[in-house]
Amino acid sequence: MNRPASHGATAALGVCLTLLLAACTPTTTTQHPAKSDAKPVTGDAGGTGVAKSAPFPSTYRMPTSGPVLISGATVLTGTGERLDGADVLLRDGKVAAIGKGLAAAPGTQVIDGSGKWVTPGIIDIHSHLGVYPSPSVDAHDDGNEATAPNTANVWAEHSIWPEDPGFEAALEGGVTTLHVLPGSANLFGGRSVTLKNVHAVTYQGMKFPDAPQGLKMACGENPKRVYGNRRTLPSTRMGNVASWRQSWSEAVEYQRDWAQYEARRASGAKDLRAPKRDLRMETLAAVLRGEILVQNHCYRADEMAIVLDMAKEFGYKVSTFHHATEAYKIADLLAEDGVCAAVWADWWGFKMESYDAIPDNMVIVDAAKGGCAIVHSDSDEGIQRLNQEAGKGIASAARAGITIAPEHAIRWLTQNPARALGIADRTGTLEVGKGADLVVWNGNPFSVYALTQQVFIDGALRFDRTARRALPESDFMLGQPAAPGVSQ
Amino acid sequence: MIRSHHNAASVAALAALASLATFAAPTAQAEDLLIRNATVHTGVAGAAPQTGTDVLVKDGRIAAIGKGLAAPADARVVEAKGRPVTPGIFGGLNRIGLEEIGLDSANGDHSQRLGQMRPEFDVTQAWNPDAQSLVVHRNNGVTFTMLTPGSASGGSIVAGQGGPASLAGREALPPRAMFVDLGGDANDLSGGSRAAQFMLLRQAVVEARAPNLVMVHDERLLSPSGRQVLLDFLKGGGVFVFDVDRAVDIRRTIDFVQAEKLRAVIRGGAEAWRVAPELAAARIPVFLDPLENLPSSFDAVGATMYNAARLNAAGVTVGIALRSAGVYEAGKMRQSAGNAVAHGLPWTAALAAITRVPAEIFGVADRFGTLAPGRVADLVMWSGDPLEVSTVAELVVADGQVQSGVSRHTLLRDRYLERVRRGDAR
Repeated sequence: MNRPASHGATAALGVCLTLLLAACTPTTTTQHPAKSDAKPVTGDAGGTGVAKSAPFPSTYRMPTSGPVLISGATVLTGTGERLDGADVLLRDGKVAAIGKGLAAAPGTQVIDGSGKWVTPGIIDIHSHLGVYPSPSVDAHDDGNEATAPNTANVWAEHSIWPEDPGFEAALEGGVTTLHVLPGSANLFGGRSVTLKNVHAVTYQGMKFPDAPQGLKMACGENPKRVYGNRRTLPSTRMGNVASWRQSWSEAVEYQRDWAQYEARRASGAKDLRAPKRDLRMETLAAVLRGEILVQNHCYRADEMAIVLDMAKEFGYKVSTFHHATEAYKIADLLAEDGVCAAVWADWWGFKMESYDAIPDNMVIVDAAKGGCAIVHSDSDEGIQRLNQEAGKGIASAARAGITIAPEHAIRWLTQNPARALGIADRTGTLEVGKGADLVVWNGNPFSVYALTQQVFIDGALRFDRTARRALPESDFMLGQPAAPGVSQ
Repeated sequence: MIRSHHNAASVAALAALASLATFAAPTAQAEDLLIRNATVHTGVAGAAPQTGTDVLVKDGRIAAIGKGLAAPADARVVEAKGRPVTPGIFGGLNRIGLEEIGLDSANGDHSQRLGQMRPEFDVTQAWNPDAQSLVVHRNNGVTFTMLTPGSASGGSIVAGQGGPASLAGREALPPRAMFVDLGGDANDLSGGSRAAQFMLLRQAVVEARAPNLVMVHDERLLSPSGRQVLLDFLKGGGVFVFDVDRAVDIRRTIDFVQAEKLRAVIRGGAEAWRVAPELAAARIPVFLDPLENLPSSFDAVGATMYNAARLNAAGVTVGIALRSAGVYEAGKMRQSAGNAVAHGLPWTAALAAITRVPAEIFGVADRFGTLAPGRVADLVMWSGDPLEVSTVAELVVADGQVQSGVSRHTLLRDRYLERVRRGDAR
């Protein structure tokens, strides 16, 4: 992976931001074919030549907002740089300029950033908000289609309840983008989706435009327990692998059949009958073509290595191992293959496959040359304080004699998840031309006392602690006698 | 960006310490220790932090707290350089040592599923002082906890007795609390209605208070020993912990507590802030989870980050106990206390909520929760503000013994960090 050569050296920053933007934008390695040039996932069967529009398109529209200048703040750009006493100018939904002494045109809203810290908006790569919403009544149990080990045909987005009050709690925690996945009951859990953390009546209004979908896969204990208890395949880890490989084999055939059909059609052949669409295979084939990114729940190092070999066998790439509690044991292997590890700081011991989880996991993954560490939540509580989760990792590193600077650690919450979700060209770092997704904090964001002051998404102010809304965003909280009040 | 002080020598030293911790800790000769120039938070109510202060630990006890103490011969001297020293931190109402692996029934002993109300069930009898979670918690400055039975499906709303334990001890202390689960999440244990919960409790109280009441056997809720144990608690022999969230249910609990003249605390209390004056008047403390701010159920629609601050301001004693009773949250008690501070709880009240308050309420204030000469040493020196996530425990003395800081976690870290550095992992 190409990192900005200058990360950690502030001297080169100005050059990066003004002249060499492209060179300073982190690029993915080959395992992320869908990235800056990501095409919208079409949902077409074969994907080649069938000019159907993508179903369930995003209806998110960037709101118009006036220019905003945040002045004199400590800015962590998300590219590894820290700028003290710097200004950030937001205009037309984009980061328009970063530097010292920026001039504000008339009509620009100025936020005094002295004593404040500014970071890119936080991206949670592992959330079940909306699919396991609050309140967690039985009727809201929409995250696991635990009826068959391969449900690659289901889309998590079709389970999302946009009124989940967890979304606005996460916004208050600085989360501007989140990836919502199906649960981990199944080997192939279904398609996951990237959302902008904006309130909308429909999920389409939250859907991150043109972000590639993910495919949730799950290793280990969960699938074998769920289906083993029903005395069906898989009941063992070898059963997990056998089932995956069977599905991938079928997907390779499916992809070949559709490619042949498209080729014949293109050559003018008559009386062709299109292969039958299979929504499971359609998802897997889109992974094989690199249009859908694999987000793989996997705890143990040995199982991650098996998955990587399987990916090579069938010719697909894993974007990120999620939870990855033993990623530290194979940090160099993951780095070599360009696979990210999305981890917690201190969850461990809640199941056998998490027994070897250590709080230094993220730091060791990060320490490998080219390693890609991500801090994720998998929790409606954790998503509200991913900054603190990273802070615990930094503390653990200090105990091991490793110093992690804030400008480096912020990448675990911003740049790295953006890369792993194929949206790094639009968000995840504060660079001129990128979407103005950013957070103003009342101090060092890795402190337990840090609170967001303002949260911007595409340049629009979505949360402001200094001017509380009169009513909550979530319809559910309206008129509840017990409701504690907005953001309280 | 990454700078390491790690070297082979320190690994060897750690390994040596590790074997010491594994095999010698229970009977280790207590090490005399002088912590010099610390900011000492004794945790005593109303006491200001003492800067530039020394703490002398001799024969496993706090020998002195004061300025300019002389180091005895052979004592290890630690220069605190102003860093804070506090009492050891409370682990919460949880399962530390009651389960090794969360999702494995053979390794979880926290809940009975006998299908009966058994107040005599004493979960401390299942405690395993060799569980890995004890070491991990001690390394994080957590030195004592409250072993807590759960109300599992197939059990009872009366979960049974729990008791405090030193996380450096070999056996739990006698049970001090009776745990009762109320509200919607316990409906399955009360025939489908929360109305039946107080009905069942009142019948149990009647049986305990009148053991010779003529009843045919089948109508009894309790066994003879259950009646005896419950009667002891009713007479004030222990504290009742009611797990309840909805404001109106908390009000009913207050009524029950006052009618039966019980010693009681509320656990959970997501909507406790709405009945803060009543709780203050009834002198009922609340052990809450400061991070609980979502309407997770219709019992907790009023959940808020300001629960702790509002209760404290109303004069309610606030303790902290995370909702999750799992074993993996060694740093989270401190973190949640820090979040409560960020949302209005005074810092000293937050520290008390994870030290002195639980020690007092669960009857171990002579051993835990505050620092005073003559006590068995149970204290932590921190790298910084103990409520801050970036802070680590630099020196832990638990049950009079200096802890090694080594656990499976640090051993795994050292093994694989070296391999990654050398570039030959796998």
